[in-house]
Amino acid sequence: MSAPNKSYDPVEVEALKPEEIERMRNEALAAFAAAADLEALREAKAAHMGDRSPLALANREIGALPPQAKAEAGKRVGMARGAVNKAFAARQAELEAERDARVLVEEAVDVTLPYDRVPAGARHPLTTFCERVEDVFTAMGYEVAEGPEVEAEWFNFDALNFEPDHPARAMQDTFFVAGDKPGRETGVVLRTHTSPVQVRSMLDREPPIYVVCPGRVYRTDELDATHTPVFHQVELLAIDEGLTMADLKGTIEHMVRSLFGEGLTTRLRPNYFPFTEPSAELDMQCYVCRGASVGNPEQPCRTCSSEGWIELGGCGMVNPRVLVAAGIDPEKYSGFAFGFGIERMLMFRHNVEDMRDMVEGDVRFTRPFGMEI
Amino acid sequence: MRAPLSWLREYVDLPADTTGRDVQAKLIDAGLEVERVEQLGSDLTGPLVVGKVLTIEELEGFRKPIRFCTVDVGMANGTGEPQEIVCGARNFTVGDKVVVVLPGAVLPGDFAIAARKTYGKVSHGMICSGEELGMGDDGSHGIIVLPPEYEPGTDAIELLQLRDEVLDIAVTPDRGYCLSMRGIAREVATAYGLPLRDPALLDVPAPNPHGHPVQVSDPLGCDRFTARTVTGLDPEARSPIWLQRRLQKAGMRPVSLAVDVTNYVMLELGQPLHAYDRSRLKGPIGVRRAERGEKLTTLDGTKRVLDAEDLVITDDNGPIGLAGVMGGANTEIAGPEEGGSTEVVIEAAHFDPVSIARTARRHKLSSEASKRFERGVDPAATSAAAQRTVDLLVLLAGGTPEAGVTEFAAPSAPRTIAMPAGHPDRVAGVDYGRETVVRRLQQVGCDVYGQDELIVTVPSWRPDLTDPNDLAEEVIRLEGYENLPATLPQPPAGRGLTERQRLHRRVGRALAGAGYTEALNYPFIGDWALDHLGLEADDPRRLTVRLANPLSEAEPSLRTTLLPGLFAALRRNDSRGEHDLALFETGLVFHPTGDERPALRLPVDRRPTDQEIAELDAALPAQPRRAAVVLAGARERTGWWGQGRPATWADAVEAGRIVAREAGVELIVRQDQQAPFHPGRCAALLAMADGQEVLVGNAGELHPRVVKAFGLPERSCAMEIDLDRLERAAGGVVEAPRISTFPVATQDVALVVDASVPAAEVEAALRSGAGELLESLRLFDVFTGEQLGEGKKSLAYALRFRAADRTLTAEEASAARESAVATAVERTGAVLRGA
Repeated sequence: MSAPNKSYDPVEVEALKPEEIERMRNEALAAFAAAADLEALREAKAAHMGDRSPLALANREIGALPPQAKAEAGKRVGMARGAVNKAFAARQAELEAERDARVLVEEAVDVTLPYDRVPAGARHPLTTFCERVEDVFTAMGYEVAEGPEVEAEWFNFDALNFEPDHPARAMQDTFFVAGDKPGRETGVVLRTHTSPVQVRSMLDREPPIYVVCPGRVYRTDELDATHTPVFHQVELLAIDEGLTMADLKGTIEHMVRSLFGEGLTTRLRPNYFPFTEPSAELDMQCYVCRGASVGNPEQPCRTCSSEGWIELGGCGMVNPRVLVAAGIDPEKYSGFAFGFGIERMLMFRHNVEDMRDMVEGDVRFTRPFGMEI
Repeated sequence: MRAPLSWLREYVDLPADTTGRDVQAKLIDAGLEVERVEQLGSDLTGPLVVGKVLTIEELEGFRKPIRFCTVDVGMANGTGEPQEIVCGARNFTVGDKVVVVLPGAVLPGDFAIAARKTYGKVSHGMICSGEELGMGDDGSHGIIVLPPEYEPGTDAIELLQLRDEVLDIAVTPDRGYCLSMRGIAREVATAYGLPLRDPALLDVPAPNPHGHPVQVSDPLGCDRFTARTVTGLDPEARSPIWLQRRLQKAGMRPVSLAVDVTNYVMLELGQPLHAYDRSRLKGPIGVRRAERGEKLTTLDGTKRVLDAEDLVITDDNGPIGLAGVMGGANTEIAGPEEGGSTEVVIEAAHFDPVSIARTARRHKLSSEASKRFERGVDPAATSAAAQRTVDLLVLLAGGTPEAGVTEFAAPSAPRTIAMPAGHPDRVAGVDYGRETVVRRLQQVGCDVYGQDELIVTVPSWRPDLTDPNDLAEEVIRLEGYENLPATLPQPPAGRGLTERQRLHRRVGRALAGAGYTEALNYPFIGDWALDHLGLEADDPRRLTVRLANPLSEAEPSLRTTLLPGLFAALRRNDSRGEHDLALFETGLVFHPTGDERPALRLPVDRRPTDQEIAELDAALPAQPRRAAVVLAGARERTGWWGQGRPATWADAVEAGRIVAREAGVELIVRQDQQAPFHPGRCAALLAMADGQEVLVGNAGELHPRVVKAFGLPERSCAMEIDLDRLERAAGGVVEAPRISTFPVATQDVALVVDASVPAAEVEAALRSGAGELLESLRLFDVFTGEQLGEGKKSLAYALRFRAADRTLTAEEASAARESAVATAVERTGAVLRGA
């Protein structure tokens, strides 16, 4: 940059002559107008707006002018640069619009091409359905409790008021763990229900206790369309002061509505289980026909076989004898329990026709269920 | 229990238009599981009439004997002429009364009857068997031959009571009294609010010393024994049609009059009975425990060796019956073919349910009697049941009752339960009030005294009523479970899932998100699977928990690894045409701890001590939770986007990292050799827990022998990881990193090392040498080739350096890189490529 020189005549600075500035401006505008594409415009920009462009160089000369001339020269150069910038922006917008109209169209692809490079995975509906039930109950304040699948008979039977020779014990079709010698009893079984987790929960916790116990259970049934020796249950247990059968009913109704939809009712039918007294079988109103199929051959319902009700599982008030075995004072506390099979629920909630589909691990069965259910 | 509606009407005056379905609905509400109502004869239309066989012509020349008969059917055929009928059965002769179905009728199974030509004759109808009429098995294996007293042309539908409704009830173990018409009728009467005519309310003669002598030496096992004797029975007498039909409708087969009568009374009153042929009894009847090794041949013809706990009925010759389970062959009533018995001793006794249950189980012999005794029979009904049997034998077989009545009864008092009158209200959450509670208990058969505190004497037929809650259930069920309100309790505020439960969910989601599909396999395995895995003889996975009663002898153990189950699922999918497969499972495996003692049978009348619980838990195997994957076929498919690639060991190892990442654990991967993996393509997966490296799993390509043994696609890969160990290694709360906004300096290095040097070691050395300025490091190329020399590989890394507080100079970045390289050279013998 030149140093200021007081004796210097501003008129003598060639580059700052008005006609020179005008020429530079016009050349720039002409170059932009002549640019046929964005690439050419970029070149024109470098030539006319870059650090080495005539206007940039002229701008530097301003410093060499005497103070009285600086203002006028600065204004002249500034206006010219402003006009150039504006012209550039306008031409750029023009060319971009042109490009968008032409090039992007040329770049079009067939977006309907399928893309199954890595096929999607899925979780098993039994798992996700268990979780969904858990979520209903954790939202109410329950904890999720788990326990061993190979379990002591005391937890699986005795503590639940199954007396050693009671027919109810034989009804459970139990797998027994073999001892080290043939015929020697181990007192260990594959749990036939998740109820032993209830006992463990009562032993581990102080009342009030509100737990839900999901898990795998075992019975010696051969696999067929409606039976499997390995299946899943969810049980819930509530122990608190003053719990009633009405509380049991309300709790299950809440669950049914959460899982199957608003407005559904439930029905209790007396039944027998050693660990509850009173005991009941629990039915829910058929969520498909809502009872409309009953006595109405025009409108048969596959889900409930036109019964209007779907059998869900067993429930009842925890037998005070069970409370005693778990060290809970039956005079002070009462409780309710409810258990049901996940396979069964899945069968009617999702219209699964054959138990084997849930057992065999065929990916074609599992994939449509995705990550949540 | 099958209960014909016509039979129930004998005890309850149900309105005439009440149907089986109506009763079903009422009983279901009262707690009886009425599974279905069978509509007998609903698909049967006549004419079906009594016929008298007039002539029989044997037709020759057919593959089986065929008869051409003429039968007198009265005016039922409109003409009174003999009906010509072709018949294949042979159990009748001229003059017999038979059941004839005439053209125009429809038999069960939509079987329309018309005159038709057969065996060269025209048959105008059919002579019927019980089976064809839907009557059930009558044991005759032929057509029905009726007693001679019925007139030809009589309507046989009415005569044989072919139209009826039968309630089929699944009786729960607590309601033994409902294994009788008497018990079910009581429930029906209560449900309809009608009086019950109790068939057990009979006049019985007082006991006296003149009856057949009975000695009960085990009054705990047998607390009641009534013996009655009937003589002069007509050995020719047959059970009348009504009795046979009731037995058949209830699901039993008529045998002989005496046996039919005892069965009938058992169905009616619920009291199992036994009839002995008196001529075959030697001396007094005894009740005692068997001597070990004593033998008895039961009525089913099985010779049994008795256990010292078995309760037996004896005479002077030894055991003559397994008490409450089955009688012995040696004193059996003679059937008609043996000339019949003319004098019988009737036993009506009450036995200890537990003893009967054990004996029935021990001898694998469940009978109608044992089923009832196990569930509880009314001990007060023995004398009435014996009386009813005597009455029927007198009525139907022309017998004479002997005056002697033997009664043994161990002293007992009625059972009472104390219950606050408000207890049922508190259980139900409903205000029933004392009056309702008392009325309902009385309907059940209880005697009730007291005001606020009730003293309830339970009826003899309800041994299941022992606790206040049992009484509450009776009140609530009779008031109707359907009338219970619904309320929601307020649990204390919860904390949601535990960290562990969250982890298990995350693992499943992460694997599914990575393209794996979950399979839930049975945990049963056999030793063959462990052999197929190629496990060494001392591999701990060979130590399994074995089942005493497996479903399949080929798979008697519980899994110690998830892989065999996943292999089976892989193979199944592959064979069904899915070849690009990525499966996963999470679940328990089972390892015996080696020092299990038999699990204790703890008491149930108190909380077990912590020590007792610990001992119980020590009897159980270790049951850790695992996650595993298997892969086969393409991991990425070929398509319009370009080439795909097969699943490899690297995907299996990555699956391990995916799982570990969910636990916040950075896996350490080491070369390993472990069954069932390819010895050169097996990774050990380790994690740091409490400052120690812990093996958490293995991953890699499967050994070709394993692939072959399990029939898997070639180059299948697998990974298995222990979630419990991973959980213990889990990082705590993540500490947020400080993010530098100064520019990054990137430097690449290529290092040549021996092919045997694991990349993980080179990386660790680079990291350690690079120091704090290293922000990240990534292996972007692995190269082998002639220019490197035999047994060498080149590893190319991109290193990114950045400081928290300044822009790094080129010199600083280079110095850090050089330090990284120097450490790698020192630790791994690496040579900087191009240097």
